[in-house]
This record gives sequence, C-alpha cells and structure tokens, in this order.
Amino acid sequence: MNKFTKQLLPFCSLIFIISLWTFLEPDTFLTTKNFMNVFSRSSINGIMAAAMTFVIITAGIDLSVGSMMAMCGMIGSVVMLGISGASWTDISGGSYVELGLGAMVIGSLASMLIGAICGFANGMLITQLKLAPFIVTLGAMSIFRGVAYLMNAGKPFSVSDYSWLDNGTFAGIPSTIVIMVIVFAIMGFILKYTRFGRYTYAIGSNPETAFHTGVNVKAVLITIYTIVGALVGLASMIATSRASTAQPTAGIALELDIIAAVIIGGCSPSGGRGTMIGTVIGTLLIQFLRNGLTLLGISTNVQLVAVGAIIILAVTADQIATRRQA
Amino acid sequence: MENTATLRMEQILKIFGPVTALKDVTFSARPGTVHALCGENGAGKSTLMKVLAGVHIPEQGKIYLDDQEVQFSNPGQAIDAGISMLYQELDLADHMTVYENVFLGREMMSSVPFVIDRVGMIRQTKELCDKYGFDIDPEAVISSLTTGQCQIVELLKAIMRQAKIIVMDEPTSSLSEGEAHRLFEIVNQLRTQGLTIIYISHRLEEVNMLADDISVLRDGQVVATGLASEMDIDVIVKHMVGRELKDFYPSRDVLIGDICFEADSLASEQGINDISFNVRRGEIVGMAGLVGAGRTEVANAIFGINPLIAGGIKLDGKELRIKRPADAIRQGIAYLTEDRKRSGLCTNLPCSWNMTMPNYERIGMKNLLQLRKEQQLCADFGSKVSVKWSHPDAPADSLSGGNQQKVLIGRWLMADSEFIIFDEPTRGIDVGAKKEVYSLLNELASQGKAILVISSELPELFGICDRILIMRRGHLVGDLATDQATPEQVMHLAAVEA
Ligand SMILES: Nc1ncnc2c1ncn2[C@@H]1O[C@H](COP(=O)(O)OP(=O)(O)OP(=O)(O)O)[C@@H](O)[C@H]1O
Ligand SMILES: [Mg+2]
Repeated sequence: MNKFTKQLLPFCSLIFIISLWTFLEPDTFLTTKNFMNVFSRSSINGIMAAAMTFVIITAGIDLSVGSMMAMCGMIGSVVMLGISGASWTDISGGSYVELGLGAMVIGSLASMLIGAICGFANGMLITQLKLAPFIVTLGAMSIFRGVAYLMNAGKPFSVSDYSWLDNGTFAGIPSTIVIMVIVFAIMGFILKYTRFGRYTYAIGSNPETAFHTGVNVKAVLITIYTIVGALVGLASMIATSRASTAQPTAGIALELDIIAAVIIGGCSPSGGRGTMIGTVIGTLLIQFLRNGLTLLGISTNVQLVAVGAIIILAVTADQIATRRQA
Repeated sequence: MENTATLRMEQILKIFGPVTALKDVTFSARPGTVHALCGENGAGKSTLMKVLAGVHIPEQGKIYLDDQEVQFSNPGQAIDAGISMLYQELDLADHMTVYENVFLGREMMSSVPFVIDRVGMIRQTKELCDKYGFDIDPEAVISSLTTGQCQIVELLKAIMRQAKIIVMDEPTSSLSEGEAHRLFEIVNQLRTQGLTIIYISHRLEEVNMLADDISVLRDGQVVATGLASEMDIDVIVKHMVGRELKDFYPSRDVLIGDICFEADSLASEQGINDISFNVRRGEIVGMAGLVGAGRTEVANAIFGINPLIAGGIKLDGKELRIKRPADAIRQGIAYLTEDRKRSGLCTNLPCSWNMTMPNYERIGMKNLLQLRKEQQLCADFGSKVSVKWSHPDAPADSLSGGNQQKVLIGRWLMADSEFIIFDEPTRGIDVGAKKEVYSLLNELASQGKAILVISSELPELFGICDRILIMRRGHLVGDLATDQATPEQVMHLAAVEA
C-alpha cells in the first residue's frame, strides 16, 4: 500500500506540473511540438539517468558524468575529424570538415568506448582500493574536465555535419527520443528481469549479505560503472550533435540534474530501493519544470533554485513515507 | 525507591496494513520481577514491546507507569521514562566503539563546553564491565565483537541509562551457555534492585527458571497470564500452540553412507588451526563450543568468506577450490549464517528475492528471471518451512524474527546443496517451528545430504546429531558419537584447558 503511494508521488507531481503549465500557458505549452521538444531535450539526461539509477541503487554515486560527457564528446569528435582526413590546423581551428558516415559511426563508438574505459577505471578504484564512490568520482570529475579543456586549449571542435544525428527521425519521431526510449527499456528490463538487476539491489541493501549469497560484488559494481561510462559516451554524442560542436564546457553541473532525476524518481540514496519507471518520471519532471519556467520567461538562475527545492522536497517525502512504514 | 515502576498496558491495538499484530492486548508487570513473554513466531511479542519502547505507535490503547498515563511517539521518550529495550535484531553502531555506543546520544560532557569527556566515559564503561564481570574492552570497535559480546554492550547501554524497565527480546539466542548463565545472574541482580525485566524467549527452560510471571501471546492476543510457579513448560507450550506437542526430537534411523565432506587441517587468519573432520552422507554432525571458540570461523573458512591459509576441502573425494562464497555455492555447499541481519538478509528487499538470490542457476534462471515461477517456488518453499508472511514479496523486515529465520532456511533448502552448514538454525524460532526444523534436517539427511549443525544448545545437538565435534580456542578438541557421550563430557571438553 505504502509502496504504491511512494510510486505515485513522483507521478502525481508530474501530472501536477503539466496541469499547472497547461493552465498558465495553454497556447505555447500544450502543443505536440513543445512536448516533442521536451522529450527530445530529456534524451541526454534520460540516458545518463538510466545508468545512474543502477549506481544509486547500489548506494553509490557518480559525480563525474557531466565532465566525462564533455571529454567523451571532444574525443569522439576528434576521432571523426581525424578519420575524415582533416589536418590538425583545420581541426583545431574549427574550419568546416566534411564527415563521412563511417567516420561519424566510428567517432560515436570511440566516444562510448572512452566512456566505458573511464567508467571501468572509476569502478576499479572504488572496488579494488575500497575508496568511497563520492571521492573517486569527485576526483574523476576534475580530471575529465581538465582533459576536455586540454584537448584543444579550451576551444571546441566543430562537427557541423554530425548534426545529422540530432536532426534525424525514425518513423517520424526524433531519433534522440528513440534512442532514449530504447536505453530506458533495456536498462529497465535489466533491472527488473535479470539476475544482474537483483544483484544491484542486493549490493545496495546489504553488501555483506550479497557476498554471502554468492554475488561477486566487485564485478557487479565495476560493470555498473562501466555501463555508466558507455552511456555517458552515447549521451555526449547527442549533445555534440545538437550543438554541432563538441564543447569542453559541456555538461557543467549536469551530474546534479541526473542525480536529482533519479532521487526524485524514488531511488533511495542509501541504496536498495528504486525503479526505472521512477527515473523516467523524475527526468521528465525536471525537464517539464524547466520548460514551463522558460515559457513563462523565468530565468535559468531561478530554475536552478526550483530544481534544488524539488530535490529536497522529494527526499523529505521519501523519508516521511519510510518512517511511517517502520 | 525511585528507580522502580509498575507498568500497565491496556487494550493495545496495532495494525500493519493487512496484519493485525496486536488485538486489545492488556499486559502488566510488577517492579522487582521478571515477566516472561512467550508465544509462537509472529505472535506479537516484539511488536507489543516495541509499542512500549516507543518504536511503534499503537492505533489504540493506553500505557501507564505507576498509574500515570504516558505516551511515547519515539524511542527517546521511552528511554527518558526509564524504558530500555534490547532488540531482537541488535542495533548498535557498527563502526563505533563500545563506550561510544554505551553513551550514544547521552554523552558525558567535560568541563570544557561542547567537548565530550572521553576518558570519563571509558572509565565508567570499564567500571560497569568490572562490576558485572564482563570481559569487554570499552575501546573495541563493535564490528570486531561477536554477537554475544554485542548483546552485552546493549545491556550496558540500558544499565547506563538508569532504566526502570528493561525489555530483553530473545537475549540468549546468541549467547553461549556460560554467557547465558552470566546474563541470568545479572538479571537476578537487576531484579533485586527492584527493576522490572520483561523477558522474551523461546527457550522455555530458561523462562521456567527465571520468571516470576508469565504471559503467553497467540495471534496477537494474550491467552494466558499468571505466576510462573503455576505454569510448567507443558502448560506454556499448550497455550502457545493451542495443542500438545509430542516427540520433540525426531527419531533417526537414517542409513549413513560414504564420506561426503572432508576438511583437512584447515587454518585461517581468524584463529582456527588444524581443523580436520568429515561428514558422511545421511549424517548430521554437531559442532559444540563456547562463543568465540571458532565454530563460525570454521564455517566461514569452508564457505570462502575468509581465506584459508592452510588445508584443503573435499566434496565426494574431489578437491574444491573456494575463493569466495559463489564458488562454494556452485559446488554444492550451503551455509546458513548465524547473524541474519548482518550477513543473512537484505532486510528491505522482498522475501522472495532473498530466497532465490543464491539459487538462480539451480532454479533455471541463469540470467533472465521468471517472476511468476519465482513467486510459485518461494510460496512452495515458504510453506515447506511454514513461514508466516502476508505475501512472498513482503519485505523481509516486515516479518517477525523467527519468520525471517525461516525465510533463510527456505533459501538454503532451495539451493539443494550436498553439504549444508547450519549455524544456529533454531535461533529465535518457537518450539513448534523448532520441531519442524529438526524434522527438516532429518529429511535432508535421509535424502543423503551431509549436514553440519553449529549450536550453543547442547540438548539440541544431543537430540538431532549422530556425532558431536567440540571446539575450543580454534582447535578441534573432541569428536564423540552422541550415543556414547554425555553433555557433561562435552561441556568439559569445550570449557576446560587440557
Ligand atoms: N514493520 C512491520 N510491517 C508489517 N508487519 C509487521 C511489522 N512488524 C511486525 N509485523 C507483523 O506483526 C506480527 C507480529 O510480529 P512480531 O515481530 O511481534 O512477532 P514475535 O512474537 O516477536 O515473533 P518472533 O518470535 O518470531 O520474534 C507478524 O505477523 C509480523 O509479520
Ligand atoms: Mg520477535
């Protein structure tokens, strides 16, 4: 019963926000175009939040995703540009370079691979050296950002042809939305219907019990952080495509939005609790909130305050619900 | 005497969703007495006491201390009113020291503002330990203590808080015989000081020996209450289960087969040395010893929880390489741990998940789960161990202590392993369920499994085992056939230096 109300809370909040904006801004808000826009904007956050859900359920955290995204985007772009035969002066100077499909695919894969390697490194440090995820990923956040800046002395790489990914559609639906839905579906399936998903919950709930019941705790954790990296790589390519450039400043403070979406969706920061549906709702909730505020002409600074307040509210509600249950 | 109080609880009603845990329970306890609370698993004993301790807020009912009505909306208020509870599932801060736990939330302050008086707290803890004869270092970290020692820390905490009423929820379930006797002495001492002790236990001999008054709960209602001198064990059991219980230990006429499990000079860094023994198919071997003798360490070493530094393990003559529990489980070894909260259960997860966790391969869900089938399987194994739950998907911590234990037994039954180690398998389960567990062990043996039972209850070992191994200080000091040994002999080997 209580479980039900807990699931319901984020959902009701989402409905509430949508109704509120519909009431305040009926003309601009309640249009297919605007909704598609919101969904498509959710894709970068959504993809990363899907992976972050696993991390939070294991009672971990990954603060490095924002800067990892910037670094992966930079590396993916430079690979694309290099394969297309551009000289370093053209690449670093930001002149137009024509990109072939092959180059774009290889660049995207490279970005995911780099992400996976970085995630793997995070996972290794956390499990082998028994360091707190918070500390490791805090350090990694700084390293990745630094590398992103170093790659082209703080300047972006220009990949205008790559906007193909963001502009593309699949059966009339923007490709970024399709990618996000696929990622959510796969990750949600893994969490609910596979042994790996169960192990994720067990580690968050009680790592010692998990170990005693035959879970290879370290391997599961390393895999999870690696998946985070790979999906960050994927998200970075959408971000790059959307901007037509890879920015070393991309994704600053993005980790906050991602973690917020997951927690608003009902994952407990102390581990062992959460669902993928919740994360979907959490992601959309933040995006709709931002969208409505923007339509009302409210500044992004105020939006920051609003999102922060929502996080605290969500965690408070979760605490109250948990306490009532005990 | 200002340190005493008469307790009265009236018409307490407590509902958890679909479960009515307490129905109009009226209960009272006199100062200077031990009042025992008996009842089957899930009868509502812990719930009643948690209402008293301010953990649960009852839907209805009143609590009086010395005819003054009191209301607790959190445990802190109950503690201030002089009610301390030692919980069934111990809750100490694991990474903190003994004295920090004893003074938790009530730290002594030094003359400097905001600075705690560390030295003073350590000294007081030490004095208290000396007074009651506990051998515990006030500066030891909790996670380095045995369950038995943790229990004593809990008691220190209650004494330090000047409790008038101390509730003990199955305090001896994790103590050795010797430690239990020390506890009884303390209980007697506290009773003569005028305190009220409310004592929950499934060990009825203890209840019989210790209690002045006894109340029996069944299905959330008090079915009997009165002087202990007027209720003997059979009467208590009859009230508890609503019928008479016969032939407590099942008769054993199992064919003992070939050697199944062999341990050869095992040693680990946790202090066990040169442990060699074997268990045959169909055989139930017991392991006796005092708490701290290294029995659980042997199990940990076999199961790959702590690495072996010497020795080997064979199953059916085949040498096994075990580096972690996963290896042991895969090769047919199961281990029911003694500490269900620390290493047995994921308490916030559904019972069904807890049951299937080590068994996915065995039940044909190598990677993909089949939720419907899992449900069915858990329901089946649940009824095999007669666990009481509202649903197999109910979170493990919504079950009573004894029922949590049954979930764990169900888990390892599902594993269908060849060699099974049961560490204190009947911890916290009621007489009726104990009997069922003994029959289950017997049934497993007759299926040709090899079984090792670690227990601190000698009568239990004598009742169900074919052989008893005795451990002392990390060494195996005896291996006796049950029908040729006496409990005195076993105690002697376990306790006395050769
Ligand atoms: N937090 C909870 N949520 C839901 N149900 C609960 C909760 N706590 C207890 N119950 C239910 O209340 C009933 C009484 O439980 P309680 O723990 O008081 O039993 P008990 O007599 O202490 O048993 P045991 O001897 O096994 O410890 C059980 O049916 C149990 O499942
Ligand atoms: Mg209980």
